Amino acid sequence: MEALLSLLIGILTATGVYLMLRAQTFPVVLGLTLLSYAVNLFLFAAGRLVVGQPPIITAGQAGYTDPLPQALVLTAIVIGFAMTAFVIMLALKARAELGTDDVDGGEY
Amino acid sequence: MGANTEVQQSTLVIAPVLVPLVAGILLLLLRGRELRQRRAFSLLVVAVQVILALGLMAATAGGRILIHSLGDWPAPFGIVLVADPLSAWLLLITALLAGFALWQACLGLDRAGRHFHVLFQLQLFGLNGAFLTGDLFNLFVFFEVLLLASYGLVLHGGGPARTRAGLHYVIVNLAGSSLFLIAAGLIYGIFGTLNLAHLARLMTAVPAENLGPARAALLLLLGVFGLKAALLPLYLWLPATYASAVAPVAALFAIMTKVGAYAILRVSTLLMGPQAGELAGLYGAWLVPLALATLMAGVLGSLAARSLGQQAAYLVVASVGTLLLAFGLGDREALAAGLYYLPHSTFAAAALFLLTDTIAKGRGPCTDRFVPGPEIPRAPLVGALFFLCAILLAGLPPLSGFIGKFLLLRAALDHPAWPWILATVLVAGLLALIALARSGSLLFFRSAALGQGGELTATVIPAAQAPVPGMSPPSAGSTLPGGEGNLSPAAAPSLRNASPVSGLSSLLPAAALLLIILGLTLWASDWLALTTAIADQLLQPQAYIHAVLGETP
Repeated sequence: MEALLSLLIGILTATGVYLMLRAQTFPVVLGLTLLSYAVNLFLFAAGRLVVGQPPIITAGQAGYTDPLPQALVLTAIVIGFAMTAFVIMLALKARAELGTDDVDGGEY
Repeated sequence: MGANTEVQQSTLVIAPVLVPLVAGILLLLLRGRELRQRRAFSLLVVAVQVILALGLMAATAGGRILIHSLGDWPAPFGIVLVADPLSAWLLLITALLAGFALWQACLGLDRAGRHFHVLFQLQLFGLNGAFLTGDLFNLFVFFEVLLLASYGLVLHGGGPARTRAGLHYVIVNLAGSSLFLIAAGLIYGIFGTLNLAHLARLMTAVPAENLGPARAALLLLLGVFGLKAALLPLYLWLPATYASAVAPVAALFAIMTKVGAYAILRVSTLLMGPQAGELAGLYGAWLVPLALATLMAGVLGSLAARSLGQQAAYLVVASVGTLLLAFGLGDREALAAGLYYLPHSTFAAAALFLLTDTIAKGRGPCTDRFVPGPEIPRAPLVGALFFLCAILLAGLPPLSGFIGKFLLLRAALDHPAWPWILATVLVAGLLALIALARSGSLLFFRSAALGQGGELTATVIPAAQAPVPGMSPPSAGSTLPGGEGNLSPAAAPSLRNASPVSGLSSLLPAAALLLIILGLTLWASDWLALTTAIADQLLQPQAYIHAVLGETP
């Protein structure tokens, strides 16, 4: 499972970075989104991978899974969601105002 | 009695975070009210923040550290806000700067978008939170808050140039946020905590197999903070963004780079002090050469700038270089000099941004571009203020820029690479002086020469462009119904020079900022005693750790 997850994070990151280096706003936004997925999975994995355990320590349970990274991921998802919405609006505004979807607005 | 004062003090710690947040929400609810009332409320709230910051300065005097545990959860489990003298110092600088920036904005530029005051308060919420938090993940959250507000403020006024610069700014910072999360995840994976004091305690005994990942995580953090602070390879977003933002926003942003510098200082003194064993001084080795290179890049950029706004933005980069050099040297004298230089450079850069606005308005169609143009109204006064700014930013005696740089250079003499540091800082000062002298003579002298030679440019254009006092020019009035940044592209470019107020009052905020810097110069020894005390405390992180975590190991 570790190998699969790290492979997944790696592919998501590589795809995200590749897309972010494109010169159009839409691929860049997609790249940012993919990168944030990779980051969320990575944060999740920071609490170690545990299967079938509750996030609460109780008397009868043998083990537990760390709840803190889950809380962090939740926060990161919410913030990332808002940021993605904002950057999409900004990209649309740039497309309307600059008349191009080039990230430099067709200049420089 | 004792418990009561404790409660009061812990309330004092969270108040600078809550006040702007609540004010921002209220301003959003009151958006239908008259602009005059919202301005008054916004200014009042900033004044309250200045008072709160002064209160925190008094409460933390003598190195006391105040804690607020949110929800009363004890430290390593709950989130804490920590106010130490450094936090209080930065809160005071932020609140003062915000006051002058808001003053300038209230002279008319806040009309350009409906939610200026809301965003302004939320920006302060993020800034104050970032200075007070004692938790790495919470620092990320406050970074996001201040960035989201700054995205709105960068676009304030609209127009293609701002949209283009804003797009770069937003994308770069979103990528930076992803890196921050990766670094935070790594640190949590290694140490199992994100509380800074707890991390500092764990840093003293890092197992050998974790040294590599820990080093990687901390350097990743340096990259993220370097991006916020505009450290050398990561400063390219700054000049276009700051140069295209409206003047009060650019002035407020003078503190934004300092948030990154603050984070670097906090993390390096707390986590990588001498007690950290293998990881001690990890940042210093990177910071000194990078800071010198940033300084050089900043002044070279200011030499090559094509407008005064751009030049001011590059000078912000240069000041970040000087500041991070001080933090990179990391000994007592250098930190004290850096913390003295911090308010100086922030206020001086902000004053220059505010002046840029007045100059751009006075020059009509030439704006702040470096082309010979019409004479500026009240040129002697504006010129004198510009001259003061130039002295301050180039670090010439007798003002505070010189004092800060002199102390920094004296502290640098202990560093093995001192010839490099001295040479770079002095050459950079000279280049900055040349850049400012060139732009000053172009803006103030060559315009006069042109006025005698070609009367057309000198007299006709100001008459056509000078806004009638008390009456908004049509372009500013027509943008009122539009929301934040929903301006029509045609109206937007003229907005920068279309403020309804163009009297002497538009010079007052910049002049007042310069007066504060004068105070920084006149009572330099007192301020230095204060910053030396802050530096002393930063170099003894035990007190901070103890205050947050208590006795238990």
